[in-house]
Amino acid sequence: MLARIQVSSPVRRGQAVEVRLLVQHPMETGFRYDFSGTSIAKNVIHSLSAEYGGRTVFRARMGSGVAANPYLQFWVVPDQSGDIRVQWQDDQGASGQVSAWVEVLPA
Amino acid sequence: MSEAPSVRWSRRQGLGGLLACASWVAGPTRAQAPPANSDWAQLYGPFTAGSTPNVGRVSVVTPRLADNGLSVPLSVRVDSPMSERDHVRRVVLLSNRNPRPVIAEFELGPWSGKAEVATRVRLNGSQEVMALVLTSDGRWWRGTAEVEVTESACMDAS
Repeated sequence: MLARIQVSSPVRRGQAVEVRLLVQHPMETGFRYDFSGTSIAKNVIHSLSAEYGGRTVFRARMGSGVAANPYLQFWVVPDQSGDIRVQWQDDQGASGQVSAWVEVLPA
Repeated sequence: MSEAPSVRWSRRQGLGGLLACASWVAGPTRAQAPPANSDWAQLYGPFTAGSTPNVGRVSVVTPRLADNGLSVPLSVRVDSPMSERDHVRRVVLLSNRNPRPVIAEFELGPWSGKAEVATRVRLNGSQEVMALVLTSDGRWWRGTAEVEVTESACMDAS
């Protein structure tokens, strides 16, 4: 799964980093029908989590109410430079991950 | 002059046909607004264990008018210092007109630094969107935003 992550790095120690994430996914609602009239199965990214410094810093549970190609924006205060790693799973068992390096400068 | 070859309708068939048409017309409108604007208390009840969330601290930002319900930018900002003692733990987005009222749930913590989350949502028509927020003291807060949607998401069967 294609994904893009952007962080407002580098930051000073103690400052919050903005994380913006875009994942390519249809987020099928399960309410649609294809041309032959058969219903298209629901398939959304139901859970997503971000890890930083060995701790889960953000978690999202999503339903069909989130638009296709889900976009998420959240904040983290990093205490030292490191990778922020985001991973997710969809209803069909497919998963993906993306990471970005966060550079922390001394305050 | 011969009578045009026609399908003969009995009175009963004719009435039946009319009724079928009427229900076809009424059907989609009924289906499109699933229990037209469901009751908020029923939606947040399962999260807050029946209690009514406090008003305030939460602001939901959306465009007042969304041209397309398939993707409406929405951000939630909570007035919170995000300290170890006072922070936001959960943010729940609720819609009172979508076929599935719970749009998304987010978990934050004191490490987030800012109590702010943004995403893009699908909205099935003009409605109020609510953000429910759980703070570290165990209290629930709510904030709403009114969105006018000109073209709804879920055009088919929802």
